[in-house]
Amino acid sequence: MDRVPLLFLNVLVVATCGLVYELLAGTLASYVLGDSVTQFSLIIGLYLSAMGVGAWLSGKIERNLAMRFLDVELGVAIIGGLSAPILLLSFARLSWFPVVLYGLVFVIGTLVGLELPILMRICQDRLSFKDLVSRILTFDYLGALVGSLLFPLVFVPKLGLLKTSVFFGLCNAAVALWGTWLLADVLGAGVRLLRARALFVIALLGFAFTQVDLIEGLAEDDLFPDPVVLSKTTPYQRVVFTQSKRGFNLYLNGNLQFSSGDEYRYHEALVHPAFAAAPAPPRHVLVLGGGDGLAVREILKQPGVETVDLVDLDPAMPALARGFRPLVELNGDAFADPRVTAHEADAFIWVDTAPAGRFDAAIIDFPDPNNFALGKLYTRLFYQKLRRILAPGAAVTIQCTSPLYARLSYWSIIRTIEAAGFRVHPYHATVPSFGIWGYALARTVPFDPPQRLTVTGLRFLNDRELASMFTFPADMAAPGADAVEINRLDNQWLVRTYETEWRRWQ
Amino acid sequence: MAVTRRGALFGLGSAAAAALGASCTRDDAARARDVDAAFAFSPEVVGHRIRDGARVEPSPDAWRDLGVVIVGAGVAGLSAARALSAADFHDFVVLELESAIGGTARGGRTDVSPHPWGAHYTNLPRAENVDYVAFLRAHGAVEGLDAAGEPIAAEGAICRDPDERSYTAGKWFEGLLPVAVMNAAAAADLAKLEAQVARWAAFRDARGRRAFALPRALGSDADEVRALDTQTFAAWLDAAGITAPPVRWLCDYACRDDFGARPDAVSAWAGLHYFTSRHRETGDGSAPVLTWPEGNGRMVDWLAADAHPEILTGLAVADVQPLEAGGVEVRALDVATGAARGFRAKQVLLAVPQVFAGRLLRSFRDAPPAHLAEFVYGPWLVANLELHTRPGARGYPLSWDNVPYGSDALGYICATHQAGNDWGPTVLTWYEALADADAKAARKALLSWDAAACRDRVFADLRSAHPDLVRRTTRVTFARHGHAMVRPRPGFVFGAAREAAAQPFRGVHFAHTDLSGLALFEEAFWHGRRAAAEILVAQGRTG
Ligand SMILES: Cc1cc2nc3c(=O)[nH]c(=O)nc-3n(C[C@H](O)[C@H](O)[C@H](O)COP(=O)(O)OP(=O)(O)OC[C@H]3O[C@@H](n4cnc5c(N)ncnc54)[C@H](O)[C@@H]3O)c2cc1C
Repeated sequence: MDRVPLLFLNVLVVATCGLVYELLAGTLASYVLGDSVTQFSLIIGLYLSAMGVGAWLSGKIERNLAMRFLDVELGVAIIGGLSAPILLLSFARLSWFPVVLYGLVFVIGTLVGLELPILMRICQDRLSFKDLVSRILTFDYLGALVGSLLFPLVFVPKLGLLKTSVFFGLCNAAVALWGTWLLADVLGAGVRLLRARALFVIALLGFAFTQVDLIEGLAEDDLFPDPVVLSKTTPYQRVVFTQSKRGFNLYLNGNLQFSSGDEYRYHEALVHPAFAAAPAPPRHVLVLGGGDGLAVREILKQPGVETVDLVDLDPAMPALARGFRPLVELNGDAFADPRVTAHEADAFIWVDTAPAGRFDAAIIDFPDPNNFALGKLYTRLFYQKLRRILAPGAAVTIQCTSPLYARLSYWSIIRTIEAAGFRVHPYHATVPSFGIWGYALARTVPFDPPQRLTVTGLRFLNDRELASMFTFPADMAAPGADAVEINRLDNQWLVRTYETEWRRWQ
Repeated sequence: MAVTRRGALFGLGSAAAAALGASCTRDDAARARDVDAAFAFSPEVVGHRIRDGARVEPSPDAWRDLGVVIVGAGVAGLSAARALSAADFHDFVVLELESAIGGTARGGRTDVSPHPWGAHYTNLPRAENVDYVAFLRAHGAVEGLDAAGEPIAAEGAICRDPDERSYTAGKWFEGLLPVAVMNAAAAADLAKLEAQVARWAAFRDARGRRAFALPRALGSDADEVRALDTQTFAAWLDAAGITAPPVRWLCDYACRDDFGARPDAVSAWAGLHYFTSRHRETGDGSAPVLTWPEGNGRMVDWLAADAHPEILTGLAVADVQPLEAGGVEVRALDVATGAARGFRAKQVLLAVPQVFAGRLLRSFRDAPPAHLAEFVYGPWLVANLELHTRPGARGYPLSWDNVPYGSDALGYICATHQAGNDWGPTVLTWYEALADADAKAARKALLSWDAAACRDRVFADLRSAHPDLVRRTTRVTFARHGHAMVRPRPGFVFGAAREAAAQPFRGVHFAHTDLSGLALFEEAFWHGRRAAAEILVAQGRTG
């Protein structure tokens, strides 16, 4: 029969799509679960065995072969096509995400396994067995080749995972619709209803194709390990609080800022060394970044503080620090203190507007330099601007990313602060949520690392710990002078280095 | 703080987002019509009023006697004023047609940010450009000299990183090189171009001069160098076997950017000048770019601050007439009131393009000297787009200079970039050099467009790179520079016309960047000083 060659084309598409769904599941699984070798092995194994199950099940189908074949194909189209969006959306429920993942892979594998045996039986009276097996398998393997080439080379780079998934679903459904004509002579009565089903699947997938962005947006909410209790998109960033058994966490743009369980370690280490190093109790204190109010909480423990000026880019942060109950409790309602004034500004620009020589201490708590807009806040020029508004002898502490995970970045910041005319003592503390974290203590005059805290009763810091923070083990110590560059506004060496260093730890 | 896995996932996923984003809706056209568009200033209107200079006749009490009158408060005029002041000569005024100083290097400002109206950067000079280095150093843009005596630029003045990006195939990439369309052939051609640039950068003539120095007057006039002036850059590229489209685009972009003309209309000398005069043996291979939010308007203000001359703005000079008995009469029109004003000076400095000198100077009007016809100027359209929020983009983030590959325009500068202002409203300064071979026709076309037509032009140019631009733009204002840039056509830079035009004529002196055959701050600065020195000699002060 002359339509048989067209059916082989059908085999080719079916095989291509089948392989793509397998690759999609493998890729997504290794992105979100890591360990790509294991994930790919598991998924390929599961998929192939599910195909075996499908092949076995095909033996149970007795009548209406053509109809069953096209129904199976539509099923593959819908489930395979929506597999990537479904997986992405369910990633959040970490506890049962693997169930969804492997379940989907199994279902798709089974359906795909059903297809070929049924098709072979449809064609059995039209070709000799020898030709049938040779042609069908040829096109099947060819389809696998097409799929394996198109997926990494064309579709993922051009469309991304989600659209690739829906796109192949559409192909599958379109082929099924076409099949209603190819197999019209053996379909019998139900053909119109079948076409309606096919059109419905195509419409559904077509709609999904236009909604991929929305799906991604929805999924983002879910991509945190714990339930989201508050999420807010401001012009500057996406602020998300999640709640776990141990406490709650703040994420900015998906990056963890603190965990309520151990943030005291981070903030005590950030704030108190500046006071310990200052020649006299600082009266006027500057905080750059730190809109969560946690650094301010520590500052207000210090005797003699008369004013605290806090500069944060995003007014939403101080607002949450004043109004979001769990955070207010954590920061001790720091912003209610009359000594505290919050300024809404980009610190890079704000420092030029502040009076010269104003501040006795400055606490700098910017997010890590993972983009150019943040990188400018770690430049020599910025530290020079900062110098202008410091009182003589003032002490500054600066969060400087991790000296362990991003060693070159850390030491570049240290060298940059020095290049702006500061004397710097690098130090570090352990914060379990982050790992080993690094800071700089800087003054414009020569000084020794502080030995004595100016307050007692802290949860993490005591005099012994204070002194020990200033010694560096070998794997975090300063690299050779040539290994790091001064971070300047015109080279943003830090942003480029930081990105490479952290990528290694992902 | 750590980058999460999620980041990697979304990096891939968002590739999908852009595919849809490019579609442009019907409301876009309607929205574009709602964006307020206007011309910022229209010198051509005044220009036409003063074309016929004879009708401006000041009443006898509207005359002033002075030592020197400088016509034009562009870079050349102000540089001359600064040099006169530095020599303790203060008996002069500067007359400027516009309401503000600066000419083609003028800056402006909106509520959000200062921004350029024309020239927007300069390159860190070499030590040999002594006066320019001293000028930049006095204003903190150069913070010192390195061991070799070469200037070190101040961190805040060097263009902030990320400095350049280009848009190719749906995505922004770092740098101007269209990396997405570079293939092996293009890479090979780029290497050829780089080798030529390195060769010319290393060149020294018998007197030790470079092939391409800034100012031009310090450069070589050896035969090999002059030979580059006898052919077009396009012909030279062909002969050098540099034909790959991405590299040719880069060359085309360079010529339009610096000369307002295409490679087939400028000399090979000019084309190589663009690349080689910026070449440095150190760093990343090119001289640091110095820039300010208002562009070179910042340096214009410095010139004015150093000179603190008496500047009369809104005064269009209509007629300049050397007198038989010595001295020169200058007749000018107050643009606002229409009143005529007269100035009698011992010397007049025409710090305007030669095409205007030819119209202002009565003897030139009556009998145009042959050299005038050699000065050909390309027109430019500059737009300042006021945005309430920044455009979204795939790929490399918003940079200082943002150039869509393949565009006939030159992309845009982000005015808030250098100030470190990264959030919220901004101003984008968009440039187009109307690079038609027929400059007159291009100028005529430019002047025939109304503001709405100009607005459509900008949006059309940027539509594919920024489908969301229209809805983020609150206002667009335009400057039309009819005689924006002199074109270094083959034979012009080493020809006789330039030198002839620079010769003083009966008490009238000339200073403008076009006398170098190139439109650059350094050249205007240099000619201003050169003319000031001539004037001081003529005034009997040997400087
Ligand atoms: C869009 C654009 C971008 C540029 N970008 C750069 C750049 O990035 N870097 C760079 O180095 N160079 C750039 N240039 C070149 C720039 O032109 C020169 O750097 C320099 O500013 C030229 O100065 P000038 O004084 O020689 O001439 P002009 O700027 O032409 O000054 C002439 C002055 O004379 C005034 N004038 C004219 N006629 C009269 C009259 N009748 N009466 C009174 N006054 C009159 C004009 O209003 C003007 O102020 C650019 C030019 C343009 C047009």
